[in-house]
Amino acid sequence: MSDTMTEPVADTARRPDRPGGLVTQGLAVGYRTRSPRRGHRAARAVLSGLDLEARAGELTVLLGPNGAGKSTLLRTLCGLLPPLGGRVHIGGVDLAHQPPAALARRLAVVLTDRVDAGLLSVRELAGLGRHPHTGFTGRLTAADHAAVAWSLKAVGAGHLADRPASELSDGERQRVLTARALAQEPAVVLLDEPTAFLDVPSRVALTVLLRDLARDKGLTVVVSTHDLELALRVADAVWLVDRDSGVHAGAPEDLIRSGAVAAAFDADHLAFDAASGTFGLRRTARAGVTVDAPADVFPLLERALAREGLAVAAPAGPTAGRTVTWDGAERLTLTGPDGQVVRVRGFHELTRTVRTW
Amino acid sequence: MVVLALAAGTALLFVLALATGSHPVPVAEVVRVLFGGTAEDPRWTVIVEQVRLPRALTAAAVGAALAVAGVQMQTLFRNALADPFSLGVSSGASMGVAAVVVGTGGVAGSFTGDLAGLGRVGVVIAASLGAAAVLALVLLLSRWVRSAVTLLVIGVMIGSAATAMVGVMLVYARPERAQQFVLWGLGSFGATTWPDLHVMLPVIGAGLLTALLTAKRLNALLLGEDYARTMGLNVRRSRDLALLGTALLAGTATAFCGPIAFLGLAVPHLTRVALGTSDHRALIPASMLAGAFLALACALLSQPPGTDAVLPLNAVTSLFGAPVVIAFLIRSRRGVQGVAS
Repeated sequence: MSDTMTEPVADTARRPDRPGGLVTQGLAVGYRTRSPRRGHRAARAVLSGLDLEARAGELTVLLGPNGAGKSTLLRTLCGLLPPLGGRVHIGGVDLAHQPPAALARRLAVVLTDRVDAGLLSVRELAGLGRHPHTGFTGRLTAADHAAVAWSLKAVGAGHLADRPASELSDGERQRVLTARALAQEPAVVLLDEPTAFLDVPSRVALTVLLRDLARDKGLTVVVSTHDLELALRVADAVWLVDRDSGVHAGAPEDLIRSGAVAAAFDADHLAFDAASGTFGLRRTARAGVTVDAPADVFPLLERALAREGLAVAAPAGPTAGRTVTWDGAERLTLTGPDGQVVRVRGFHELTRTVRTW
Repeated sequence: MVVLALAAGTALLFVLALATGSHPVPVAEVVRVLFGGTAEDPRWTVIVEQVRLPRALTAAAVGAALAVAGVQMQTLFRNALADPFSLGVSSGASMGVAAVVVGTGGVAGSFTGDLAGLGRVGVVIAASLGAAAVLALVLLLSRWVRSAVTLLVIGVMIGSAATAMVGVMLVYARPERAQQFVLWGLGSFGATTWPDLHVMLPVIGAGLLTALLTAKRLNALLLGEDYARTMGLNVRRSRDLALLGTALLAGTATAFCGPIAFLGLAVPHLTRVALGTSDHRALIPASMLAGAFLALACALLSQPPGTDAVLPLNAVTSLFGAPVVIAFLIRSRRGVQGVAS
């Protein structure tokens, strides 16, 4: 393995310009379109004036609503789109001055499109990442095989090496594609929505894996995702694209405190709770209700009642006599606004009954 | 393993193709002639050297050429139905041949080889020019086309246009000339002569060598053009190389043998399934062998041993080949995925 991967993280923090860090200066990203007038090219900037930094050893998460330009930014950072202006530095070297093969040894990507691996084993698929390191014929040397084995082990897919890549589950495939990127032995890894097709456990596992890779191998990892709460919990740094094409950068807590997260994502039915760092459904309560229940079921009762538009109120509040009493053993006693008393069992009967209040 | 078996099978079929025909020659005599000796019966030497050796060499070379061209096209376009003629090469060649057959009248006598004047040479040159014209057009358009799928559709469109022009020309052709064009369209390995081979073999050899040297590029393209680019591949140059290589291989094959259907589409799939990998460093050499093997088999079937019957080559490749391929793919557990790759 190259030294850049095993160097201790503490060392990287002192020298932000060492190979690994990704810095943009006045970067503008977007598309060039050909206007009807011959030879004249119009540029349509999606995001501009970006001064961002992703440090080695940190997981940087790119967040933003759909269509905000996350993918455009990532595609520009990995060289698939030319920047409309400004610079991208990778380890202090300007991306524009790098020949493609040299760039591929510094930067690897996992793209959002699903790949059809065809008839490749997992080892062969990860081995494709050795492309910028192999010679003219593409033959893998012992060192290349070692790098592939290392990358598969790093993502916890060592036991899959001989499986056909087409038979993997979605979660396994994303791990193997991440291993393919690692096999390039890059300093920077960019991932475009790698958790998009995954179930919740796989999402958490992959996100935590990426953070650990950044920490343990000293990699610069930049990942875009829609998984807000998970990202805000795991990420070391966040780049948040808001609705006005501004980009906020900082630790997740910085952006939560500044209100940037709430500003970018709050909607009619979604409210960000800065205290807990989670999102909740925004719903105006139509009535109040008194709840008498032990502490362990109280939050769940509050949640179920909120879904039905009932807010938990103090006993003296405007409840019109509505009460919910937990009798233990999943049994509840409900008193309606007309004074009628109903005994129910379980939350499903509870919610169906209070819906008529 | 698979490669060794294929190599042995190809060698066996090659000798068989020399031994059988309307006048059987003993296998031992064939081998003696092959190694520079003279057969007991001098007529056997002539038959093997002048008639059957060119035919067998043509079949092997064209089979390998079409198979490798098919591999390149299927990987480049990431499309299981792409084949060497997806870009309209054979339609271009047909257009050239139709123009000669209908226009000049110095006509190729359906591959008999005893032709006067412009005849056979004219057909080969016309087919080459037609194929080259279509490919030049596709290559030129590829400068402005980013997406491989768009390029594929453009190729199919150009091919349709060329086929339409052939149709127009045939309407105004005299029936016996149209018949000759139809015979050309059925394909044959049997018309090539030694002078032909002196041109054909080096060109096909160059095309095959190009393909072997671009195996690494094609592997990088397996995950799509975006991944290839981020792995440092110059995608445009790789595309040009693959298109040029296919042009040489498919154009040459069509010029000398007519449009040979099926091999270029099927052999890559069969080879992928047999090898169990899409790695081009194994796939390209194995496809060469498999292509040569199947082409020789088809050549043998088109002139069944011990009879004077001659079946049209394209009828053999498709009629016998299609069921074989279908059975092979269905029986193979991973066949379907192989086709999807």
